[in-house]
Amino acid sequence: MSAPTIDRATLEALKQTTGAEFVLELVDTFLQEAPVMLEDLRRALAAQDADKFRRTAHSLKSNSNTFGALTLGAMARELELTSASKVSEGGAEPLNALAQEYSRVAAALTALRHA
Amino acid sequence: MRELRSGPGRLLVVDDNKVNRLLLTRSLELQGHSVASAENGRVALEMLRREAFDLLLLDMEMPEMDGFQVLEQLGGDRQLRDLPVIVTSSLEGVETIVRCIELGADDYLSKPVNPGLLKARIGTSLEKKSLRDQQKELMRRFATPEVAQDLQTSGFSLGGKLVHASVMFSDIRGFTSLAESQPPEETIELLNTYYELMFDAISGHGGVVTLMMGDGLMSVFGAPVPLVDHGESAVRSAQEMVELVELFNVERKAAGKPPIRIGIGIATGEMVAGYTGTNKRATYTCIGDTVNLAARLETHTKVAQRTILIDQATCSALSERIAVEPLGPVPFKGKSNAVEVFAVDPGREG
Repeated sequence: MSAPTIDRATLEALKQTTGAEFVLELVDTFLQEAPVMLEDLRRALAAQDADKFRRTAHSLKSNSNTFGALTLGAMARELELTSASKVSEGGAEPLNALAQEYSRVAAALTALRHA
Repeated sequence: MRELRSGPGRLLVVDDNKVNRLLLTRSLELQGHSVASAENGRVALEMLRREAFDLLLLDMEMPEMDGFQVLEQLGGDRQLRDLPVIVTSSLEGVETIVRCIELGADDYLSKPVNPGLLKARIGTSLEKKSLRDQQKELMRRFATPEVAQDLQTSGFSLGGKLVHASVMFSDIRGFTSLAESQPPEETIELLNTYYELMFDAISGHGGVVTLMMGDGLMSVFGAPVPLVDHGESAVRSAQEMVELVELFNVERKAAGKPPIRIGIGIATGEMVAGYTGTNKRATYTCIGDTVNLAARLETHTKVAQRTILIDQATCSALSERIAVEPLGPVPFKGKSNAVEVFAVDPGREG
């Protein structure tokens, strides 16, 4: 899984169809929302709220794929398809890995913003 | 009504995720549509019940009320049942998509939504909606609202059921010679005004016009929708028809035209009501002895020199405020026994 953090083609297509200005706005929204989602995942896992966990992973997957953050999307999908109880068997590890990948995505998107 | 071939529409986007909501809204606005958005199913339903939309783009995974619940609610709502719904989601598993379609969704688009695909799907959905709207409009024009409603809820099938109702026949006296004495355009104009007045008087009392033939009208009270006091409603409607014709005559007289006179026959009893014809062309109608009797009574108005004639069953259904005069038994063609006939005072009660 050595896919790039951001798939340039996906992001380029997004710009083409919705406009560069708008994509910047959308990136800002994502950078605001994603940390909340990561936090929601941790809480849902601690509370063993399977529904909330699945739904949040689902949202993160969908948003990641929108920006071409395919690795993050795949990780989120993995969590969506695994029950919360199963995830917690791995301890904090899966969510830490997810947070790390998100940091890479956030850095890449922010760099793009200042490019 | 909206133009065919997918003109811009008024769309509602429902998604709990802000990025998705913004993105979809943006894509749709770029395609020329006017777009509103809601963050969950509950809010969306409130908006749908408040204002008119042409299409709903629905996410499935949402807190408070998810997409499945929204689809269920829409299916059970007479006003919203026909609203096209495109599910936009990144649901996992074919069975969930199948469930959406089974619950009434028109189409499914997986997220991230491809703009080209989005445009095409929305185009077809809006076109379908526009066709559906046109069909409803046509049905409203060529069938009565009651029949249109009946068709929409029960669907179309030939065949009838036994109902207890009142039937009314009416026509314009001496219409043929009147039509011959004036240019055809004037006759059509006269008929149109006449129909408008009569339809008002009939539907105003819960009646349904089932047949229009030249200057003649057949209407039924009590079918397809049951009416408690169908006999009295029919008679009151007849009285109003006479009154409206008199008002119309004042206008005609002022324009130097001869007055028109009408005759009305009403009978009450059991009849078979339903759709007759073929699967290609059918009409809602009533058949039976009661119907024949109403037609005979209408013809008899010429002989009896009265405007409104009714049978015994209709007479028994009337409240005392309507003045009725018994004319005694009349032998009708096709009836083995003479029939008691009553004349209704065309004026208002009292």
